[in-house]
Amino acid sequence: MMIAPSEVKKIARLARLAIDEAEVARYAQDLSSILDLVERMNQADTQGVEPMAHPLDMAQRLRPDVVTEINQRELFQLNAPAVEDGLFLVPKVIE
Amino acid sequence: MSLHQQSIAELRGMLDRKEVSSVELAQHFLARIKTHDPVLNSFISVTEDEALNAALAADHRIAAGHAGPLTGIPLAHKDIFCTLGVKTSCGSRMLDNFVAPYNATVVERLNQAGTVMLGKLNMDEFAMGSTSESSFYGPTKNPWDLSAVPGGSSGGSAAALAAGLTPLATGTDTGGSIRQPAAYCGVTGLKPTYGRVSRYGMIAYASSLDQGGPMARSAEDCAWLLNAMVGFDALDSTCSEQPVEDYTAKLDNDLSGLKIGLPREYFGEGLDVGVARVIDEAVAEFRRLGAEVREVSLPNSELAIPAYYVIAPAEASSNLSRYDGVRFGHRCEAPKDLVDLYERSRAEGFGSEVKRRIMIGTYVLSSGYYDAYYLKAQRIRRLIADDFRRVLSEVDVLMGPVAPHVAPDLGTSLKDPVTMYLSDIYTVPVNLAGLPAMSIPAGFAHGRPVGLQIIGRAFDEARLLNIAHRFQQVTNWHRQFPAAFA
Repeated sequence: MMIAPSEVKKIARLARLAIDEAEVARYAQDLSSILDLVERMNQADTQGVEPMAHPLDMAQRLRPDVVTEINQRELFQLNAPAVEDGLFLVPKVIE
Repeated sequence: MSLHQQSIAELRGMLDRKEVSSVELAQHFLARIKTHDPVLNSFISVTEDEALNAALAADHRIAAGHAGPLTGIPLAHKDIFCTLGVKTSCGSRMLDNFVAPYNATVVERLNQAGTVMLGKLNMDEFAMGSTSESSFYGPTKNPWDLSAVPGGSSGGSAAALAAGLTPLATGTDTGGSIRQPAAYCGVTGLKPTYGRVSRYGMIAYASSLDQGGPMARSAEDCAWLLNAMVGFDALDSTCSEQPVEDYTAKLDNDLSGLKIGLPREYFGEGLDVGVARVIDEAVAEFRRLGAEVREVSLPNSELAIPAYYVIAPAEASSNLSRYDGVRFGHRCEAPKDLVDLYERSRAEGFGSEVKRRIMIGTYVLSSGYYDAYYLKAQRIRRLIADDFRRVLSEVDVLMGPVAPHVAPDLGTSLKDPVTMYLSDIYTVPVNLAGLPAMSIPAGFAHGRPVGLQIIGRAFDEARLLNIAHRFQQVTNWHRQFPAAFA
């Protein structure tokens, strides 16, 4: 299976990863060889096999829908690259 | 014997008898880190001040007669566990500036137990890798041979233990990341059952596979550490409510009548003859201990790596979407708009192996491919889990190699990712099935350590530790020490 350069760019856009033109060929080759490995799954007949989402087939536990977190905005924003008045700053989205 | 070659039980006795203080213990290991780690690069951060403060507090607790089993014992955490007020990088440039605002449950429990954190250990970036070479902080070296990798992704943990820079370490295992570095560095590691140890505050790679566990220089030490790590945690919705045990209680149980299965598929083509010989000798030792050994079959083993390289990257691409340059982590300079901010922050913050896996995960989850890849992989996951369930109803445990070869040379693995992926063939199936498994030192091949893997039924950690401990009572492989670090 060969991933085309245009496909690489499309995946990178979906993954929000900037890639240089110079890297595209290398990604195409790496992704293609990984997908060749993955294709070996097709050797197996899995008709009628239930997909397994949890390794021990356990159900996700639910908790009551109540507030359990206290507001720690200032602490959390110590790690933020840009904040102002308690808000996270990003480039202008709406003109 | 030097302090760094003592067991945890021996250190406990020395602390309780006041033959050594916790501060002296911490100083001993901090000095060793200072001397040896410039060569090994097993630590990302050394937390000397925090360690000495914690040790002082531990000494007060011991003096007051309130010491628990691990009070005053030094340890180091894989840098994937969030540590309040201490940089938690996950081996990535993305989190090079991240100071965790809270403790992982594992860290919190070990702090409560009175352990003394020496620092944070090197690892493959976001736990993606089998060599620890993908770390933003540079590769860790193998104490047994500085030209070899320590394995990965918990390579810093394994190397620091092997060199006697810490008596205990935490690790995490998504596809073999505790067991394989333990094998490559000649130390003991346990990947518990999925859900046995809380994942809260453990930076996520592939959430349906990730599991934290203990690493140490013996099975007994691992049991002591596991005791302080386990237990239900409401903060992790996948954490098991299954009651915990005292994992030291059954260590000395007799092994006569134990039924050991050797999966045919773990001894076939691709297994190095030197590794095979070590495993055969270890199995013979268990026969002498009274175990019955028979061959079994896990026919779908070959499908594990292909299924893993769908499931793990798919979950990773979702988990790692949180790194967007907005709330924490790396942000690019002068973004021209929001998409540019996302795309360049992520491109600069992640290394190439992480980007490869995000891209694969994005591809297999993209519109039109979900059934062919993700659902297919989940169906195969069930076939693999069913294989284990069937054979583990006939035998008590499975044994085999951890990896098909010994630690490879530095600089040889990342050029060809698929070949590196295939070396996880004996460890990945266990994660897909959610089972507990250990790696224990079993000898050497080509001058490098070999690990024996022991795989058990779900929540059978106490039996695995018992089996490993009995082996370690009659062998000396776990007491070997690399001469350059003695």
